[in-house]
Amino acid sequence: MNILVLIKQVPDTEAKINVAGGKVSEAGIKWIISPYDEIALEEAIRIKEKSGGTVTAICVGDDSVQQSIRTAYAMGADNGIHIKHDSYQMLDAFGIAEAIAKAIEGQDYQVILAGRQGSDSDNGQVPLILATLKDWGVVSFAKKVEIAGDKAIVTAEAEGGEAVYESSLPVVITANAGLNEPRYPSLKGIMASKKKPIESKNLNDLGVTPNARVEVLGFEPPPPRPPGRIIDGADAAAKAKELARSLREEIKVI
Amino acid sequence: MAKILAVGEVANGVPKKATREITSVGKALGGVDTIVFGTNTASGAAEVAKHGADTVYTAEIADYNGEAYARAVAKLVKEKGYDTVLIPHSWTGRDVSARVATLLDSAVISDAVELSMDGDKIKIRKPVYSGKAFVNLKSKCAIQVVTVRPNSQPIKENAGAGKVETVAVDTTTSKAKQVSFTAQKSNRVSLTEADIVVSGGRGIKGPENFPLIEGLADILGAGVGATRAVVDAGWCDHTLQVGQTGQTVSPTLYIAVGISGAIQHMAGMGSSKYIVAINKDADAPIFKVSTYGIVDDLFAVVPPLQEELKGLLGK
Ligand SMILES: Cc1cc2nc3c(=O)[nH]c(=O)nc-3n(C[C@H](O)[C@H](O)[C@H](O)COP(=O)(O)OP(=O)(O)OC[C@H]3O[C@@H](n4cnc5c(N)ncnc54)[C@H](O)[C@@H]3O)c2cc1C
Ligand SMILES: Nc1ncnc2c1ncn2[C@@H]1O[C@H](COP(=O)(O)O)[C@@H](O)[C@H]1O
Repeated sequence: MNILVLIKQVPDTEAKINVAGGKVSEAGIKWIISPYDEIALEEAIRIKEKSGGTVTAICVGDDSVQQSIRTAYAMGADNGIHIKHDSYQMLDAFGIAEAIAKAIEGQDYQVILAGRQGSDSDNGQVPLILATLKDWGVVSFAKKVEIAGDKAIVTAEAEGGEAVYESSLPVVITANAGLNEPRYPSLKGIMASKKKPIESKNLNDLGVTPNARVEVLGFEPPPPRPPGRIIDGADAAAKAKELARSLREEIKVI
Repeated sequence: MAKILAVGEVANGVPKKATREITSVGKALGGVDTIVFGTNTASGAAEVAKHGADTVYTAEIADYNGEAYARAVAKLVKEKGYDTVLIPHSWTGRDVSARVATLLDSAVISDAVELSMDGDKIKIRKPVYSGKAFVNLKSKCAIQVVTVRPNSQPIKENAGAGKVETVAVDTTTSKAKQVSFTAQKSNRVSLTEADIVVSGGRGIKGPENFPLIEGLADILGAGVGATRAVVDAGWCDHTLQVGQTGQTVSPTLYIAVGISGAIQHMAGMGSSKYIVAINKDADAPIFKVSTYGIVDDLFAVVPPLQEELKGLLGK
């Protein structure tokens, strides 16, 4: 079985984000594979280890994303596809999904794993757009994945509880936290990853126009929160009492 | 003026809170019709109309089916000529919205926390990079699809005409189908809907103390959350995790107990209106965003706080 994993390269969650003149400066940012995509990748490798096949990681971005594809190799991916696009600055989800759909035309993937959302955009759209364009089944927020014959059985987070879905293949599955604990790349994996080729395609050659559907009016730093107050008191009980009073009388939330 | 369709859910005759919110938003933007999926939808229609829906389309379906929901919404939009679709950024909404947009050859703008009309398009503002920046966006598509963060918009009573029409939902061609559903065990209000959230961090020391958090929540009728540290240690269910890799909440009041305030945790609760922190370390980053802070041992603070609140609330 051939498995495709969509990986997005995003700023490290600890990275400081500088906004100036309506734009985000990319200088000094450390880039990582989006946390949910690491979980997706781990799941793909586990399915391969159990049932055989290949794992292909695909990423749309500038040349720097090749480092994330190499990290995917180091974890256990067999193939990597880089769809080259010059600026990161949050391409719109439709453009990314369309590019991926075109890049994999004629290839046979039965399971497509992705993150439930990118930790930069927090959109959670690319996998669903891809599935809809391809008319494939899709299950979001997976907590457990089982591939049984020509079916996928997926336990997922749902409104008010947990649901089990059954889907035909090919299926797109988005990973939720708790699906697995991603492995660290082995030293041997890291060494081997350096020599592996990466297939490269160009966004323009695929006939995709980036940011065609959503207009970015500008970025802003978050507004400062109004200053707070540390509650004083003779002891813990006095502080608790003053807090309860403040909640009721000052901000009237209880 | 935009012609707006809101998408909602009714469970056994009762509209979800997010459905009331999204209908209120649509009304505030100029007028709205709402499609509701779920069970016993007809008897929930009048409630939805109270928040502004001129027409309520009832789509009766027992088991959630994202493909079928998306097809039904797209069909309705095309038939009736809507140019704007508003969907809550709930579990369901997130699973449905991008499919609706793709079927309409459009794009989604997701997780809006502020919306305003700009000509016939909606200008939206949303947090990105874990709340470390905001971005303003506008759709370039003929039909705009926007998801709205639950709890970020007020519920308003502003009655619409409330005409009711039924809409058929067809699951026969769906490739993925729900085969079973297990409802949440607790009868507490769900985290994303809760107006008050009480969360516990590693400061609670062990699973035996998690009831301290739950007890405080129950007095306030609040939802219960936790940090990843607590979830990873297995002290509570991982569905309670708030943060970048957990749930995003925007309650009116967020009470952080024994939580340091790591950037990844704040990504999930930074848009709360008021934040209270109880932490014994005066330098904990959570105090930087707190409306009220208590620097003290949580085990000495929470029990008397519970008693005070019980007294105030007459419990
Ligand atoms: C990619 C990635 C994603 C992540 N996603 C998330 C996420 O979604 N959600 C999340 O929460 N974290 C997430 N994290 C983890 C995050 O970085 C922090 O490690 C975590 O939030 C810390 O949890 P905590 O505040 O409970 O623990 P700590 O940071 O250990 O803080 C415990 C606090 O309790 C206080 N304390 C101790 N004893 C007492 C006492 N008796 N009385 C009062 N106060 C006391 C301490 O002073 C301390 O400030 C993520 C990390 C990474 C790398
Ligand atoms: N540039 C990209 N390249 C490859 N996969 C992506 C890209 N952007 C998003 N994805 C995938 O789509 C998921 C959701 O991303 P998003 O829609 O940006 O929130 C991510 O977790 C990835 O699996």
